[in-house]
Amino acid sequence: MVTATVSAYDVACTVTDPEMPMLTLADLGVLRSVEEQDGRVELAITPTYSGCPAMATMRDDLVHRLRDAGYDDVHVRVVLQPPWSSDWITQDGRRKLAEHDISPPGAAPRHDRPISLNLLPTRRDIACPRCDQAGVELTSEFGPTACKALYRCTACLEPFEHVKEI
Amino acid sequence: MSHSAPDPSDAHGSVYDGLLDGAVGDSSQWAFGTDFEDPLAGVDTTVPEGVDPHALATYCLMLADDALVLSHRLSEWCSRAPDLEEDIALANIALDLLGQARLLLARAAAADPAVVPSLPEGSPVPPEDALAFFREAQAFRNVRIAEVANGDFAHVVVRILLVSTVRLALLVRLADSRDTVLAAVAAKGVKELTYHRDYAGRWFLTLARGTEESRSRLVGALDLLWPLYAEMLAAHPVESSLAETGVGVDPTTVATEVDVVLEQVFAVSGVDRPDRGALAGVRGRTGRDGLHTEELSRMLAEMQVVARAHPEGRW
Repeated sequence: MVTATVSAYDVACTVTDPEMPMLTLADLGVLRSVEEQDGRVELAITPTYSGCPAMATMRDDLVHRLRDAGYDDVHVRVVLQPPWSSDWITQDGRRKLAEHDISPPGAAPRHDRPISLNLLPTRRDIACPRCDQAGVELTSEFGPTACKALYRCTACLEPFEHVKEI
Repeated sequence: MSHSAPDPSDAHGSVYDGLLDGAVGDSSQWAFGTDFEDPLAGVDTTVPEGVDPHALATYCLMLADDALVLSHRLSEWCSRAPDLEEDIALANIALDLLGQARLLLARAAAADPAVVPSLPEGSPVPPEDALAFFREAQAFRNVRIAEVANGDFAHVVVRILLVSTVRLALLVRLADSRDTVLAAVAAKGVKELTYHRDYAGRWFLTLARGTEESRSRLVGALDLLWPLYAEMLAAHPVESSLAETGVGVDPTTVATEVDVVLEQVFAVSGVDRPDRGALAGVRGRTGRDGLHTEELSRMLAEMQVVARAHPEGRW
């Protein structure tokens, strides 16, 4: 059933993220596995954040897209371990984010125990995704979705979103 | 000037009909279960060997209720923060905590279904919603600092700082739990709480070093919440017993680490550690035993009213 597995995988790979539709779930690293056996397709997805409200939409989109492609027996399960990391966003995904004026994440932080407190604004080596100027200022560590922070470019003055490193 | 609202029971159908197209048997369209029927779908929820399922469920309720109740208090800030960025930040923190609560409530229900309130036959309410919306205040196991009514912005900053500092220290250790579900929820929560604690710490410093007004409000909020701090670091017998089996974390073991972090914030902010004693329980009972302030009942009345009016999830 190798051919069918590839096929179900290919179908699943076309499903996009509900909140960042320029990315597929595979680009985002949210789609963890696709297995197919005897017509039954089992997919595993993982939430970016514990409270990610898009999980149901992702599940439904996967099920519906696979049904449209002729797969009737589709099951989506959640995997929590290992926890999602922004490092899982693919190179292709990062390119697409930048093309849509969203600043892609840098490397995820590695924390020692105990995790040290950081009372200074998080320093990130990022540039404005519109004009490519390095002069940017953080406006908020929390953005319109759980995975993003808000910035403003000091050159073109446009606000932009940055996918946080976790 | 008046537009009549569409009648959902109109014989010719209504504008809402299309919403259900192709969704027969798809619970994502119902009021309850607007997400996965089970947020732990496909996750192995076997109780580890040698662990009492009821004790594990009770422990999960403690961790879940801290997150659920504080999440609701934070969501009350929605549209009321000093500016849009802080409004979004508080809503983000509330959402992270709600996500943690949901997984933990589902884990409690899977460990011991007896903790879940029973609902009318045929009710589509999933166990984690039944636990959130159909328990009375005395069945909630949260620490009281999560439940007291909101104050000003300084109050919410101090509350997030105190709670997230303790919770982060607990979850870092809980990530090594023998219970694989708790370990996974904790490992995820650690990343989120690191952000929450930094956020609150920065605002604490900003308000303390800001104007006379912001400083006095901050010191006032710290003074008000401090009596509730010690309760977070006291061990309930359930916490102690779960810690002994390598599943839970005894809060007394994180007290020193938490104190060091708070001292760091106080020192850089030029704020003295409050000199107020802990709020007593009643005959030794506190939030972990289901003994709460009156404010929790009022909060739950609002949080639970819609679910309780429609236990079958349809109207």
